[in-house]
Amino acid sequence: MTATMPDPTDEAAGVLDDEKLKAALGNRTRPDRPGPVAASLTFGWRAMLKIKHVPEQLFDVTMFPIMFTLLFTYLFGGALAGSPSEYIQLLAPGILVQTVVFITMYAGMGLNNDIKKGVFDRFRSMPIWRPAPMVGLLLGDAVRFVLASIVVLVLSLIIGFRPEGGPLGVIAGIALTIVFAFSISWIWTLLGLVMRTPEAVLNTAMTVLFPVIFASNIFVDPDTMPGWLQSVVDLNPITHLTTAVRGLMGTGAETSDLIWVFASSAVLIAIFAPLTMRRYSRL
Amino acid sequence: MAGAAIETKGLVKVFGENRAVDGVDLTVEPGTVFGLLGPNGAGKTTTIRMLATLLKIDGGSATVLGHDVTAEPDAVRGRVSMTGQYASVDEDLTGTENLVMLARLLGFDREGARARAAELLEAFGLSDAADRQIKNYSGGMRRRIDIAASIVIAPDLIFLDEPTTGLDPRSRNQVWNVVRALVADGTTVLLTTQYLDEADQLADRIAVIDHGRVIAEGTSSELKASVGAGALHVRVADPDQAAEAERMLTEALAVEVTRESDGISLSARADDPSRVAGALTELSGAGIEVTEFSLGQPSLDEVFLALTGHVAEGEDPEAGDLELEEVR
Repeated sequence: MTATMPDPTDEAAGVLDDEKLKAALGNRTRPDRPGPVAASLTFGWRAMLKIKHVPEQLFDVTMFPIMFTLLFTYLFGGALAGSPSEYIQLLAPGILVQTVVFITMYAGMGLNNDIKKGVFDRFRSMPIWRPAPMVGLLLGDAVRFVLASIVVLVLSLIIGFRPEGGPLGVIAGIALTIVFAFSISWIWTLLGLVMRTPEAVLNTAMTVLFPVIFASNIFVDPDTMPGWLQSVVDLNPITHLTTAVRGLMGTGAETSDLIWVFASSAVLIAIFAPLTMRRYSRL
Repeated sequence: MAGAAIETKGLVKVFGENRAVDGVDLTVEPGTVFGLLGPNGAGKTTTIRMLATLLKIDGGSATVLGHDVTAEPDAVRGRVSMTGQYASVDEDLTGTENLVMLARLLGFDREGARARAAELLEAFGLSDAADRQIKNYSGGMRRRIDIAASIVIAPDLIFLDEPTTGLDPRSRNQVWNVVRALVADGTTVLLTTQYLDEADQLADRIAVIDHGRVIAEGTSSELKASVGAGALHVRVADPDQAAEAERMLTEALAVEVTRESDGISLSARADDPSRVAGALTELSGAGIEVTEFSLGQPSLDEVFLALTGHVAEGEDPEAGDLELEEVR
């Protein structure tokens, strides 16, 4: 065998150092396994690194919200609320909900990509808390949610949004939105594990999200809708989330809306987190 | 550890109609290299994925390092590492980031993880590429970071799924050296390969797999011996003398001689070396100049052909081409 013949011109291929290899193999350090939180945070760190290396993926959390906010405010504001500046008072919390809930679907795409690339095989063959890769992914998403929220908020403030609830109310509104987004994300992680391609995940998620987001009180007052649609809108958790966020950022939220949001979040997690984990262990 | 490192009995995996693994019995002794040899789609990867707890088994049983893979998957995961067929590292992250992440997941603290990552990168000749994203690595570097990722905590057993597929000869030799270093360190290695010379070079024992079944098992020499004869290859200088040489060899060896498409290379089965010596002497006595000759044990290619009745080529035409290159 002539394998160890060093080739000085072939820098990129590198040279294996037998002695160092032996030492590295002989290093039998076996630290204690990390707990669920530490493992999830490590996966969260991985998500941060991915944003650092592929900043293009932040396009959808920055450009889309800007586009939507401007488009709706100036296109429909006059017709729907008399003037754009009046409409933005109503729209800002709604568009925040819409933006954050929309970008939850990228969790499913990211997961699907990971599986295809084989890196998940390594995670799955390691002795770590089983949901950690998914929880870490969602922790990374939380950062994207916050970024998108800040973009929407700053833009809304610039074009005339004046939240009466003050900074605390605004933060509470964003926090509530992120809680719901974290919960609904489990639907997409399940899809990400079941579907064959990231595109299929995206298409399915869009098909679900579009009607759910538009059949709500985000953009218009439901009083103008036909009765049957009003009942649908009333049952839609997005409606209650939007009302609650408007309340928190305004003069106070109704307890009933908050209960609706927390209850639907709990139900989503209770159903889709176990389904995701079941599917994950059976891949 | 008393007993086998890996033991399977009647292992089965069914995908729809397809019995991908169809009753595989394997026994792998600790501290050895065991090779699963077979073409694409033979069931090698499926077998290895079941043993690494990545796939549920549909029938039979499997124990790895004394732990049942179905009953105690976590105990198995704690002591084995898996290097998949495609790089099982995060392509968007750098070499250092990948190793630090895995070390953190295995319980190293921040500093310990950094130190371990640096040590491994150094040992695998990847220090210069430490801060480059994996997607900018060459094929050989990828395989090395992948194996490095598998030994962040030195495992008792490592699965290597086609560790050298698609690598140039130099990178392949480097991977072979790593495998030898692992074994020298006491690690048990189960590797799959379509390259017959790779199994020959590395594996203490080889199981030949075809259509989800083990069709032969033994050491490389046992497998060759079970097929019998070796082969004589002769190349003559003058194409015009090839026909005469062919006739003389046929007579001297009393077997069929085939002339290759180049017109000057001849091959024949050679059961008896002394007869071969006589035949070569006759050629030179008749004034036929021989530029090259070799007498060898049958290659594992020939073994595969003899065992399965078909040549060892996958459904993937690319893999077939690679294999031709490998065997030369």
